[in-house]
Amino acid sequence: MTFLSTIKAAALSAAMIVSVALPAAHADEQYFPLQSYRVGPYAAGGTGFFGGFIDYLNLINIRDGGVNGVKLTWDECETQYEVERGVECYERQKSHAGAAAWNPLSVGIAYAMIDRITADKVPLITVNHGRTDSTDGRVFPYVFPLLLNPYSETSGIVNYIASKEGGIDKLKGKKIVVLYHGSPYGKETIPIYELLAQKYGFTVQQIEVPHPGNEQQSQWLTIRRAKPDFVVLRGWGVMNPVALKTAVKVGYPVDHIVGNVWSNSEEDVIPAGDAAKGYTAITTQASGNSYPVVQEIVKTVYGAGKGNLEDKSRIGSVYHNLGIVNGILNVEAIRVAQEKFGHRTLTGDEVRWGFEHLKLDPAKVEALGAKDLFHSINVSWDNHEGEGYVTFQQWDGKKWNVVSDWIAPDWALLRPIIEKSAEAYAAEKGIKLRTADDANAVTTN
Amino acid sequence: MAAITSDFSSTPVLPKWTVPILLLAFAYGIVPLIGSSYLFEAILLPFLALGLAGVGLNILTGYAGQVSLGSAAFMAAGAFAAYNFNLRIEGLPLIGSIVLAGIVAAAIGILFGLPSLRLKGFYLAVSTLAAQFFVQWALTKFSWFSNNSASGVIDAPRLSISGFALDGAVGRYLFALTIVTVLTFLAHRLVTSQTGRNFIAIRDNETAARIIGIPVLKTKLLAFAISSFIIGVAGVIWAFAYLRTVEPDGFDLDRSFQILFIIIIGGLASIRGAFFGAALIVVFPLALSRLGGFLLGDVFDSGVLDMSQRIVLGALIILFLILEPDGLVALWDRTRRRLLFAWQST
Repeated sequence: MTFLSTIKAAALSAAMIVSVALPAAHADEQYFPLQSYRVGPYAAGGTGFFGGFIDYLNLINIRDGGVNGVKLTWDECETQYEVERGVECYERQKSHAGAAAWNPLSVGIAYAMIDRITADKVPLITVNHGRTDSTDGRVFPYVFPLLLNPYSETSGIVNYIASKEGGIDKLKGKKIVVLYHGSPYGKETIPIYELLAQKYGFTVQQIEVPHPGNEQQSQWLTIRRAKPDFVVLRGWGVMNPVALKTAVKVGYPVDHIVGNVWSNSEEDVIPAGDAAKGYTAITTQASGNSYPVVQEIVKTVYGAGKGNLEDKSRIGSVYHNLGIVNGILNVEAIRVAQEKFGHRTLTGDEVRWGFEHLKLDPAKVEALGAKDLFHSINVSWDNHEGEGYVTFQQWDGKKWNVVSDWIAPDWALLRPIIEKSAEAYAAEKGIKLRTADDANAVTTN
Repeated sequence: MAAITSDFSSTPVLPKWTVPILLLAFAYGIVPLIGSSYLFEAILLPFLALGLAGVGLNILTGYAGQVSLGSAAFMAAGAFAAYNFNLRIEGLPLIGSIVLAGIVAAAIGILFGLPSLRLKGFYLAVSTLAAQFFVQWALTKFSWFSNNSASGVIDAPRLSISGFALDGAVGRYLFALTIVTVLTFLAHRLVTSQTGRNFIAIRDNETAARIIGIPVLKTKLLAFAISSFIIGVAGVIWAFAYLRTVEPDGFDLDRSFQILFIIIIGGLASIRGAFFGAALIVVFPLALSRLGGFLLGDVFDSGVLDMSQRIVLGALIILFLILEPDGLVALWDRTRRRLLFAWQST
């Protein structure tokens, strides 16, 4: 019996080795390796985001027959948001030909991939998150924290709080508590809050909630003692509803809590019930299913029974819409690169060039059916974020309502800090700063 | 000098060191030529790091009988210590920072081994949890440890030994393999020495060991120190050779449990057992996941597949422990004896 199980194990590993040799991609296919997570504490974010992404790729395949005839393909590898699994998935999926870009949706995994994707010359997209200084394309040629890097997000939140207080000069003497997730993602903004506090004269207290964050009594008692004017919730997954519920328990007013871009979804507020009513959060993409592109996905993709979300009521939710926006950005980057290099399967480096010339102004966004879903993007070879705009939405107990205009973060203030950090990284790693000419040299096979 | 792991097979066909030597020759000579980057990056590197950590824990738990749930903390201590030595001491060779990192881990091991003088069994296991939480907390709390990196993540330095770069997958594999081979050899010598027998004496009966004159206090702390040294170096391999990036959360309690399971499944008080266990823990879930994806990937999404793999894996481990409580090593030895027997009787 035990001997049998050894044989079984041997057979399994043999099967594994066989499946390493994946078939090569078709001549006119572009492949997306999806390191997704559908189980574990962050499954809500994973299923929504990757659901939206896959729905958009499906829309392009069904409606347009691919991008200029190049069919989009993908497969999923479960990471559970864990770094080792992400690395394993990377090694597993990279043997597939025609990879366009990596989208792991995890700061930890993204960090572990930077050296690897740079050697392999395939772009790494960290939409709305990621390593802030990877915005500097001179040092990180293949990393793109598209739309919103963590520093821009912080600047947007502080500007919003200032507008609530009646102007940036009114921030003086105010007190802000940042409650952050105990992970690389959560810690990313600690220095920028300190810096903005110094610059604008408010005091900031930053409190960590250990991963995954389902117990926050002591943190909120500290907050009650500190009596801050605002609390910024920099959460992720289960930490968010727990924070809102605990805030009510200790008597902190929920309309003075501002959520960051990963604390802004339906999945964060619905489990908190009434405790979330009046909670405000930043976003780069509005929620709702009234936008033409979302409607088309409902009609074309879900109509054909190919929708990715099991729960149809999540169509148009914040994570689903972010996945759709991420799909738009990836597909449009391929389109840009195809105009330059030809309507065929592109190399990773060609797609990188596409991302570096990805410019969607509001008119183009409207043409894509995404007017008001997101504002615009303007990526260049040295600015890999692309100047995304943010807006704020408030939860009324049933849905999110937009409560601000599109706000521009203070990019001019942030750029020197980002460059300094990127240059320090380059010095540590012995990286030569890239120039515009280097960016135009593209590996085409 | 009686061997500790006595082999009852009456027919010594080949000297004992033949198999390890052949394995090493294969690992050094053949694997780098035929292996794919997937094999190195996703299978062999985590296998080597966890196998070495298993060897370290087996010295403490398997041989000396002190249960520890702090292994991941010692790995973290080793990884972050090596990073800081490498960063802050100019001109220190890589090997130097690895040895120093091991010594730091050993020092922390001694500190958290002190309760073992009074506590036993489950109580000791709980007190080693303190190491687990304290180290992780300290690494997160004081950003000095991660060179004030904004997100608390450190990047591994370039690996090179006397100017010879080892940054490729094969280079890192050979680097890890060499360290693992040397430490495993030393561990093997240790457990067959007088000190190793002292460990076993304390495990089997502490009072009796004290009566025959074994310095219990010193020996227990020595077990903690040596075990933590090895686990600390395993942490360096994990951080520098395998992931190339480290965050304190990567060394959480789950990792400690994983290492404990490795030695339980592989076989307690056995150097080989640690590697058998690591192979099972690393390779088996991957094999299952690839098989699942291969057969059913088009039918179910990755979440459903992952859940079912967990169920299968859990069920198989339970089944295995019931059928073979002494671990893979016992299974291996029995299989080998039977094969030898069958070969002789023909």
